Amino acid sequence: MTMVDNGVNVQALLDARQALKGAPEAAQFTWRASAKWQNGVHSTTTVSNFFGLGQEHAHKSDAVFDADHPEVFAAEDNGITPIEYLLVGLASCLTAGVASVAQNRGIQLRSVESTVEGQHDIRGILGVDSDVRNGFNDIKVTFKIDADASEQDIEALVAQSQKRSAVFDALTNPTNVTVEVA
Amino acid sequence: MGAGHAGLAASHFLTERSIDHVVLERGEVANSWRYERWESLRLLTPNWQSRLPGHRYEGPDPDGYMTVGEVIEFIGRFATVSRAPIRTGTNVTSVTAVDDGYQVTTGRGEIRCRAVVIASGACNQPAVPQIRHAVPESVEQLTPFDYHSPAKLPDGGVLVVGASATGVQLAAELRRSGRPVVLSVGEHVRLPRTYRGRDVLWWMDASGVWDQRYDQVDDLTRARRLPSPQLVGTPERSTLDLNALAATGVELVGRWAAVRDGHALFSGGLRNVFSLADLKLKRLLDTFDEWARTHGHDAEVDPPERLAPTRMPESTRLQVDLRSGEIRTIVWATGFRPDYGWLDVPVVDAKGQLRHDGGVVDSPGLYALGLPVLRRRKSTFIHGIEDDAREVIAHLTRYLRVRH
Repeated sequence: MTMVDNGVNVQALLDARQALKGAPEAAQFTWRASAKWQNGVHSTTTVSNFFGLGQEHAHKSDAVFDADHPEVFAAEDNGITPIEYLLVGLASCLTAGVASVAQNRGIQLRSVESTVEGQHDIRGILGVDSDVRNGFNDIKVTFKIDADASEQDIEALVAQSQKRSAVFDALTNPTNVTVEVA
Repeated sequence: MGAGHAGLAASHFLTERSIDHVVLERGEVANSWRYERWESLRLLTPNWQSRLPGHRYEGPDPDGYMTVGEVIEFIGRFATVSRAPIRTGTNVTSVTAVDDGYQVTTGRGEIRCRAVVIASGACNQPAVPQIRHAVPESVEQLTPFDYHSPAKLPDGGVLVVGASATGVQLAAELRRSGRPVVLSVGEHVRLPRTYRGRDVLWWMDASGVWDQRYDQVDDLTRARRLPSPQLVGTPERSTLDLNALAATGVELVGRWAAVRDGHALFSGGLRNVFSLADLKLKRLLDTFDEWARTHGHDAEVDPPERLAPTRMPESTRLQVDLRSGEIRTIVWATGFRPDYGWLDVPVVDAKGQLRHDGGVVDSPGLYALGLPVLRRRKSTFIHGIEDDAREVIAHLTRYLRVRH
């Protein structure tokens, strides 16, 4: 078999899978973000640390994300809208999945591009019609993949990536969410 | 333990090797076929494939599929001709390891033996997810063990959960009875009933897919957890996939993820489980075609076919209000699990599965038969038991000889 290098250390992931089989408590992660209001609908959200493998970890550096609304919403557009972050999360999660699955299946990737479109009826969030949901009605991700593989194998890559995607699951399945005032 | 096809096959090979044994059966021969199956059920395998060691179907319809009554008769006849030493009505309440063997406690007394073969089946109890507790009381809940026929259900809508062979068959039957049916679909295995003019199980058999050994399967844990394929045995030999169901008006929704405020919430990932099943089907059909080409069978079968992809409904509901009266009954076709409550030997893992290597259980002298992909992909099918039983009993024989 030809050596495939998509830059994913699949062996480490497979080793982790094996190690966690007997240690479910180590697999419990808590991801965190903290947000701070700036002005108007503009906020900044910082991601710096998380808990996992039984201990606290810090990212190499803090990541700061601006969220705002566009000018058509009479805002200042200091950042993308919160719901766009879901699309960023979905696209990046699926892309990571494609690379990992490709590495594991011995498929050399040359390029992976995707566009994500979320259909959103804003009458929900504006309270125009209570039958309209607040979130996306429909999300479509379109991948363009150049790789040493048949069309069928590429389709299987993308399908498997969805099957293992945290963000795909979080968007398609309900999750308990508690919001409270500290 | 167990006088179904697996226990009787074990008995056949034990007799052949002149090893003293008894077959303990909680009820009657083929007990689960008698009491734990719905009325319209037929085997997924064609009659010509119904074979047990030294015993095969000899009726007039080799391409047909046995009814439950015929299966009971078939296994019963095997029990008679093989003269298996069966003790019916003998419920095993515990098995413990003792010096040089096992102590078996039954409703009819104690038995000491040097080896035990567990052939009590893989489907002793329905596996129903925890969300059943969140379902409003106004909705009746059934498992395939309680389900007999549509006539026994309350009028009104039915939510069938699970799209394995059981789920699709019950959804089709309930829909035919005139009820609105919603089918909640998670990962599933799609198969056509016939391919290139032959039963799809002929292809599985002939091309060697079914003989694939457990130690050659890529991901054995996954293979053992695979849901049964979407197949039904009917006189018309028709395909019962999700397209066929949707065409009769069954509404497809995603995997049932939760109940919130009396609403069933379904996954929005339906399209992906469709494409996974379609991709796997296509890969399997490619394997068949490749086998036919390289083994010179192309001329004797019809030309290659490709099935239309599973059609995504125009819109799918992500929730259904369980308090509205739309759904009167839920049928949980979410699989089965074996029951090892009586087994006082530490060989069952945290998920309730027996730890074994090809039927050789992780305790000397303890064996299993009739579990999914026990030694081959065909292990749980009636015709799949012969090779497994021969090998497992050969191992048991060596074990007894060494210990003696």
